[in-house]
Amino acid sequence: MKKLWARVCAGAMLCLCVASPAQAVLTIEITQGVEGALPVAVVPFEWQGEAGSQPPQDVAAIITADLQRSGRFAPLPVDDMLSHPHEGAQVNYRDWRLLNVDSLVVGRVIASGDNYIVQFQLYDVFRAASLIGYSIRSTASGLRLTAHQISDLIYETLMGEPGAFATRIAYVTEIRHADGSRHYSLQVADADGYNPQPVLNSTHPLMSPSWSPDGKRLAYVSFESKKPAIYIQEVDSGRRELVSSYPGLNGAPVWSPDGKRMALVLSRRGNADIYILDLERRNLQQITENYAIDTEPVWYPDGSALIFTSDRGGTPQLYRVYFADGRATRLTFEGKYNSRASISPDGKRIAMVHGDQGKFRIAVMDTDGGALQVLTDSSLDESPSFAPNGSMIIYATEAKGKGVLSAVSVDGRVKQRLALQTGDAREPAWSPYTGKQ
Amino acid sequence: MNMVKKMLVVLIPLALIALLAGCGSTPKKAEPAAEPMEAAPVAVEQEEVPVVTPAPAPMGFTGHPLDDPDSLLSKRVVYFDFDKSDIKSEFRDIIAAHATYLADHPSASITIEGHCDERGSREYNMALGERRANAVRKFLMVQGAMARQIETISYGEERPVAFGHDEASWQLNRRAEILYKSR
Repeated sequence: MKKLWARVCAGAMLCLCVASPAQAVLTIEITQGVEGALPVAVVPFEWQGEAGSQPPQDVAAIITADLQRSGRFAPLPVDDMLSHPHEGAQVNYRDWRLLNVDSLVVGRVIASGDNYIVQFQLYDVFRAASLIGYSIRSTASGLRLTAHQISDLIYETLMGEPGAFATRIAYVTEIRHADGSRHYSLQVADADGYNPQPVLNSTHPLMSPSWSPDGKRLAYVSFESKKPAIYIQEVDSGRRELVSSYPGLNGAPVWSPDGKRMALVLSRRGNADIYILDLERRNLQQITENYAIDTEPVWYPDGSALIFTSDRGGTPQLYRVYFADGRATRLTFEGKYNSRASISPDGKRIAMVHGDQGKFRIAVMDTDGGALQVLTDSSLDESPSFAPNGSMIIYATEAKGKGVLSAVSVDGRVKQRLALQTGDAREPAWSPYTGKQ
Repeated sequence: MNMVKKMLVVLIPLALIALLAGCGSTPKKAEPAAEPMEAAPVAVEQEEVPVVTPAPAPMGFTGHPLDDPDSLLSKRVVYFDFDKSDIKSEFRDIIAAHATYLADHPSASITIEGHCDERGSREYNMALGERRANAVRKFLMVQGAMARQIETISYGEERPVAFGHDEASWQLNRRAEILYKSR
């Protein structure tokens, strides 16, 4: 308990540096419902602050949105609540049983100098029992993160697996101005799309953001020198470093699970092949050597193999190469176009861009083979990226002529859209757990 | 007079094509308009090969050959099919014209940009765009341009020229562009 409290505090402090020029807030639409979602009620939290003042964030509303977004919960609308308890003694379980609510969350936000204390309790309505309760110290700018951490605690308690609400996403935005000029930005936002922070702005294309395993750095491709080059940048400090600018392509950087190496794509010997760059010694090892295009590598979570896209068979398909023997084996056979793999954190599933009959959609299959399951129903989907708990996949798609980000549950039943107000968003990369949550 | 040479260089392949295209049984029907598309570039105002016609007024273009809107050299974009990098036959003359120009102007240099439509994945498209640029490069070199005159870069699907999400836009975006850095 104490340890968790410290963890939560550290997380809240981390957020101090977060300004919020929220000119590009992402919004969430549930585009498809679920049956069998768990009925839950999150009562608006009591505010204990100076008379007439307001808490800087509606913590209960953030938690409600998180739970709803996951697709696993069906939160009760506030208007339907018969009472508004804030602590155990005020809870009348009969009210909630009448409303068929299984789980109840109550709490309060207490002003404490310049800081805040957030208290909450989670109850099992039918057993009339408290499941968990915490008191968390936070700051004005850290309250959203605190709310996401509470969502994670609720999710883990009720679902038996970690939540991924207190994580982040990186993505690229492009704004085309009337004079034809273009503005590209690498953004990092909370997993719910709030607090977007540009970590890099450019008038030249930015591509392929990829998180380091510790969640502190991003690798990406920038055309700022008029040709593609790979950079690594610390998210918090902005400090950046050029790591690859060979003649030709420098693309598709992805960190090894131990963070010491990077798989990337170079064409310095004529066409796109996959290499591994040792980030300490800076030496290169060529992994594929083929006249075809080999690109978009991803690591197995245990570091034993890469999955990549190759058109060596005539059309782009996914292949796997184990480092032990170096031989590439084809994995996908359904459809004319399967590319840009993302591997689930447990290594059991691959998400990909699946092109068939002119439609490009997100599909998943087992790493060991088997049938593809198509998860989306639009036609220009790309860049799938698994949440660190494997429950959802975020991807880029097109809606009403704009590039938008969406997320889909791995079973395909729940979809949500994170719509940018201006410009096009694309290439989302879901952060790993950082240990700072 | 260098000018004349350049004209010839452009015109001879044209004339050849016209000849080939018209190489049926009827030897000289002065009906180029009825021939397949290749014969269409009627930059043939300066006509020197077919003899009979009265010399038209010298209304030929007098600026730099790269600026002549009637020259094949004014065409700088080559289009591709989806997920393909083969040079389609209708673009061979354009590339040939640029190859000849580069061969005749050793100090001239170009960048070839490879581009793709938005479908499929972005890094794959980066590699595909590179392959398209390389296809044009190879074609230029086979016909006399030198490696040091040619740079290639791929922008994948990052720099579309048409912004619709349909084939009308996609076909304009699947392209290689020849950009002169020096003439």
